[in-house]
Amino acid sequence: MTAATELTVEGLSIRFGGLTAVESMSFEVKEGEVLSLIGPNGAGKTSAFNAITGYVAAAGGSIVYRGTSLIGLKPNEIATLGVVRTFQKTSVFTGQTVLDNVLIGLHLRSRQRPIAILLGLPSVAREERQLAEEARAILRFVGLDARAGEVASSLPYGELRLLEVAVALAAKPRLLLLDEPVSGMNPAETASFMKLLAQIRGLGITVFLVEHDMKMVMGVSDRIICLNYGRIIASGSPAEIQRNPEVVRAYLGERYARAQG
Amino acid sequence: MRLVTLAWLAFLFSIPLWMSDLYVLHVLIMTGIFIIAAMSLNLLLGYTGQLSLGHVAFFGIGAYVSSLASLGFEAHLLPGVLVKMEPKPVWLGMLCAVTIAGLCGWVIGRISFKVRGAYFVIVTVSFAEVIRLVALNWVELTQGPMALNNIPALRLGTPELFELSFLRKPANYYLVLVVAVLSYILIRRLVQSRAGRAMIALRENEPLATSVGVDVTKYLVLATMVSAAMAGAAGAIYAHYVRIVDPDVFLFIYTVTMVIMVVTGGKGTLAGPVVGGLIFGLLPEILRAAEIKPEVQWVIYGVLMVLVVYFLPEGIVPAVRNWRRRHHEPATAAAPPASIEPAR
Repeated sequence: MTAATELTVEGLSIRFGGLTAVESMSFEVKEGEVLSLIGPNGAGKTSAFNAITGYVAAAGGSIVYRGTSLIGLKPNEIATLGVVRTFQKTSVFTGQTVLDNVLIGLHLRSRQRPIAILLGLPSVAREERQLAEEARAILRFVGLDARAGEVASSLPYGELRLLEVAVALAAKPRLLLLDEPVSGMNPAETASFMKLLAQIRGLGITVFLVEHDMKMVMGVSDRIICLNYGRIIASGSPAEIQRNPEVVRAYLGERYARAQG
Repeated sequence: MRLVTLAWLAFLFSIPLWMSDLYVLHVLIMTGIFIIAAMSLNLLLGYTGQLSLGHVAFFGIGAYVSSLASLGFEAHLLPGVLVKMEPKPVWLGMLCAVTIAGLCGWVIGRISFKVRGAYFVIVTVSFAEVIRLVALNWVELTQGPMALNNIPALRLGTPELFELSFLRKPANYYLVLVVAVLSYILIRRLVQSRAGRAMIALRENEPLATSVGVDVTKYLVLATMVSAAMAGAAGAIYAHYVRIVDPDVFLFIYTVTMVIMVVTGGKGTLAGPVVGGLIFGLLPEILRAAEIKPEVQWVIYGVLMVLVVYFLPEGIVPAVRNWRRRHHEPATAAAPPASIEPAR
C-alpha cells in the first residue's frame, strides 16, 4: 500500500512556559488510513492535536497538510483546508437544537454573503432549504435523525458524542481528528461507534484518533503511534504495538500483555 | 402566526387615526426610537453574546452626524484646515448618519477583535465616553453644551410637486414604525441565516465554532457594524424629531435602558427587545398617568425590573414560549414528523 501522504509533522515541539509537552515529534498521516495516537495521560496527545489544528502555537518544527504549512494559521483557516477536529471534553452548542448544531457545522458548505442575506434574496432561502436537507442527511448518517428537533443539552452523553462527530462531519473534513471520542461510553455504545468510524472511513475521510480505549484502538487502527513524556516511543501496526516491550512498560502494562496472550 | 403579525401591524398603523392625544403619540414615538436601538443592541448582546455598554455612542453619533449634515457646519479638523459644509437635505443627513455610525461600529469590531466579555464591555464603554467628551468639548463643531438647535425636520419630495413633511407627530410616528419594522426584518433575515448561526456559534462555544471553520471575528465585526448602523438610524430619527441635540444623548443611563429592555424582554429572541421596550418604555408614563408620587414611580419601576430578572432570568419572551410549549406539548408530541426513518 503506497497511499499519498496527507499530513506531515516534523520536529514538532510544544512548550507551555518551561514545560515541554511535546518534544521533536515527527510522523506522517497517510491518505485514507486510521492512525491512532496513544500514551499515558499527559504524554502530549491532545497538545499535538491542538498544534495541528491551530489552537496552540508550536515552539518549533513544521506541520504540512497537502503541501500547505499549517504553522501560524488560525483554527478556522485550518478547517477551511479540510482538517477538522473534535474535542476531548464534550463540546456542542448546548442551547441549540441538534439540527441547528449541524447547521452551524455546515458553515463552510454554504455560500450566502451578508448583502444577499440582508436583501433577502431568494438564493438565500433556497440554500437554507438545501442546508437543512444536508443536515438531516448527516444526522441520519450518525443515527441522530430522530433527535433533530431536541435541544442538545437534553441529549444523553453517548448521543452528545455522536452529535460532536456530526458537527465535525458537517464541516466536510478530509482529515478528521477525533480526541477521545468514546471516553465515557459504555461497551455497546463503543461498539456502535466503531461501526460508525468504519462508515466515516468509507466516505474517504482520513481519521487521526486519540483514544484510551484499547479495544477500539486495536480494532480500528491501521497504524498506532505511542507517546510518552512528549516523545514518540513506538509506532507500527496494532500487533507490533502490542508486542513492543517499551509500550507495554510505559502504557499498556504487563497485565494487558498477558491478557492478550 | 402570519395573521397575528398582520393584525398587530394593522393595529399599530391605525393608532394615529383614532388616537387624538398628541402626548400619547409622543410617548409612542420615543418608545419606538428606543425599541429600534434596543433591537440593534440585541443583535450584539443577544446573538453574539458580547455586551456593548457603549451602545448609546452609535445612537448619539447618528443624531449628531445627521443634525450637522442638515444644518451645515464650519470647523477646523486640524489646526489651519477649515472644513466647511453647506446644509444638506435631511434624508441625505440620515443616510450619512447610518453610514458613519456603521463605520464606527466596524472600527470598534476591528479593534476589539480579540477581546471578549468584560474587555469588550470596557472597549465599548470607553468609546462612548470619548465620543461624549468630543461632543461636549469640540464647541466649534457641536456647540458643546449649548446644543445644536433648530434642527430641520425630515422632508421628502419637492414643495412644487408632492411633499411629505415630518413636522407633526403622526408623520413621525409612521416614520418610526416603518424604520422599526424594517430593522426587525433585517435582523430576522440576519439571524436566521448562515451569518446569524455564526454569531450564535460565537456566543455558545467559540472554540467549537472555529473548529468547523467559522471566522468568528468576521461575524462579530458584521454584527457590530449592522448594530451600530441601526442605532445610528434611531439617533438620526430622534434628532430630527426632537430637533435639538446636546451631549446628554450620550448619557450612560440610555445604554442601561436599552440593556434593560433587551434583558427583560429576552435577549437572543427577535421579539424580546420589542416586548421589553414596550414595557419599560411605556411604564414610566403609565405610572405618571396613574398619579403616583415620582419617587414611588421609580421604586415600582426598579422592583418590577428586579422581579422580571429574578423570576424570568431568560426574559419574558422565552418564558412565555416555554409556558406555551408545555401547554401544547401533548398535542404536538402525539404527531411526530412522518419522515423519520429507522436509525441506520
